Amino acid sequence: MGTLSRGDVEHVAHLARLGLTADELARLEVQLNHILDQYAVLSGLDTDAIPPTAQTIELENILREDVARPSLERAEALANAPERDERNVIVPAILGGD
Amino acid sequence: MPDPGLTRLTAVAMSDRLRAGDLSSRELVDAHLARAERENPALNAWLVIDEAGARGAADEADARLAQARRNGAEALAVLHPLCGVPVGLKDLVSVRGGQCTAGSRILAGYVSPYDAHITERLRAAGAVILGKLNMDEFAMGSSTEHSAYGPAANPWDLGRVPGGSSGGSAASVAAGHVPLSIGTDTGGSVRQPAALTGVVGMKPTYGRVSRYGIVAFASSLDQVGPFGRTARDAAMLLHAIAGRDARDSTSAPRPVPEDLLHLPASDDEAAAGLRGFRLGLPREYFVAGMEAGVEARIREAVAALAAAGAEIVDVSLPHTDYGLATYYIVAPAEASANLARYDGIRFGHAVRGGDVLANYVATRGSGFGPEVKRRIMLGTYALSAGYYDAYYLKAQKVRTLIKADFDAAFGSGIDALVAPVSPFVAWPFGARLDDPVAMYLADVCTLPVNMAGLPGMSIPAGLSDGLPVGLQLIGPAWSELALFRLARAYEAITAGAAWRGTEPSGLAALRAQEVGVP
Repeated sequence: MGTLSRGDVEHVAHLARLGLTADELARLEVQLNHILDQYAVLSGLDTDAIPPTAQTIELENILREDVARPSLERAEALANAPERDERNVIVPAILGGD
Repeated sequence: MPDPGLTRLTAVAMSDRLRAGDLSSRELVDAHLARAERENPALNAWLVIDEAGARGAADEADARLAQARRNGAEALAVLHPLCGVPVGLKDLVSVRGGQCTAGSRILAGYVSPYDAHITERLRAAGAVILGKLNMDEFAMGSSTEHSAYGPAANPWDLGRVPGGSSGGSAASVAAGHVPLSIGTDTGGSVRQPAALTGVVGMKPTYGRVSRYGIVAFASSLDQVGPFGRTARDAAMLLHAIAGRDARDSTSAPRPVPEDLLHLPASDDEAAAGLRGFRLGLPREYFVAGMEAGVEARIREAVAALAAAGAEIVDVSLPHTDYGLATYYIVAPAEASANLARYDGIRFGHAVRGGDVLANYVATRGSGFGPEVKRRIMLGTYALSAGYYDAYYLKAQKVRTLIKADFDAAFGSGIDALVAPVSPFVAWPFGARLDDPVAMYLADVCTLPVNMAGLPGMSIPAGLSDGLPVGLQLIGPAWSELALFRLARAYEAITAGAAWRGTEPSGLAALRAQEVGVP
């Protein structure tokens, strides 16, 4: 298993959309590598023939009728948005152009 | 001045007196509010104490109780025993119109637009919600030091941690601010703080309690669980919140045993249940680094159970040692996905940095604390291209082996496992804060249970150096009732122990000032 360089830490922070200061990046490089060292124990286990477990209860998909049901009022759903008008959450533009 | 003695009653005793009409919910709630207000500056267990809401709910409960008393025994029997009883909620359970910070700055100012399923259930039962309890940010931590709102303290020693992540939930019950509270347990976050504060805490089977309206951490592991000072009290709270809810597709359509409300009141009857009960003692749970005082209390508890008629069988759960690594891949991976929703657009903390990417980076960078950032980084890395198979898939395969260990033990005729909860008693603030791995080791005995989706609980098993030690009981899926009966039996056989009557020592100085208050 791998070792994380400072560049790797910066790349992962970008993937996670996390703003990190230089101090935080330096600390995380040390701490994440220390934690990854703990993972090494797993490579000693032969799991080629073992199926993965994603969840532990034996529930099948549960479906319901596709019918409209009461939900939050629009004003309630919008109330927590940092930027909003009466009908919409206002989001930054994601496409270029003037 | 309300009677502080009311805060020492069990929830069962409160319930009996409320029904009999010789105590009102309002008196009870006032007594608990007074204690919580007085001691919270020292404990920081509560992020919100909702005096007005609690008094209103208490008056409603009193009206329901009075009406039922007028209508006779049958009407009283229909009321849930929690009617009029104060409870506290970890601050990641949604209560309509109130805050829900999950211990994070990124949810500061957020107002829940709806009630969680369990909030609806508690309201329907007539329980009185006193407020919201402190926790490690997004339930990531074992000490409550990772709360953005300051650490909670341990009622046994105000210079020590109460455990975590549900540290406020545990501390509030240990201190008598509420008889009951709600926590969540993803890797030990109910059981470990219960152990460190000397109360009862259960993590039910995965799927037993709906998570609708509860802030998600790791969705294949998170479960909601009750805290109380006795097995009967905690069982009563589980009864109120458990059961299928269509809004959480992982909540299971399993009947909730009514007998959770009818655990034996008599010590003799409770202890008799131990006869022929087969208890497995997993040798791998006596981990390196375990404090001698903790191991001694666990061995004594096992000996007491054996002396009372339980059969003790040594068992092996050989993949226990892989639990920590497996958990710290799976849980951060799921967390990194769940926490992607905190984008500063639809709700919560928002910082504008320029374009959309800069907004995300600025919002998340300033909104999340250090432990949450670490876990998001770990999880993002474990799921990233080229590492998925080596980390996440590998961990899911080892999870299969961990679960198979438990299946084999229970398949061999073991009724329940008994083990330590935490390798150590409550530690001083700061002692594990600088080394994340040292903090993670606090949960080494609890997180395999989450990996396998099983019910587990912590019950008080005495003191080491004056600090509480928890005994862990682990059962097969859906065996919560059997675990509560076992817990009740252990209470019965240790009813005369000197430590049973010991008040949390850290609050003694505060309470000494109450002497002379009428």
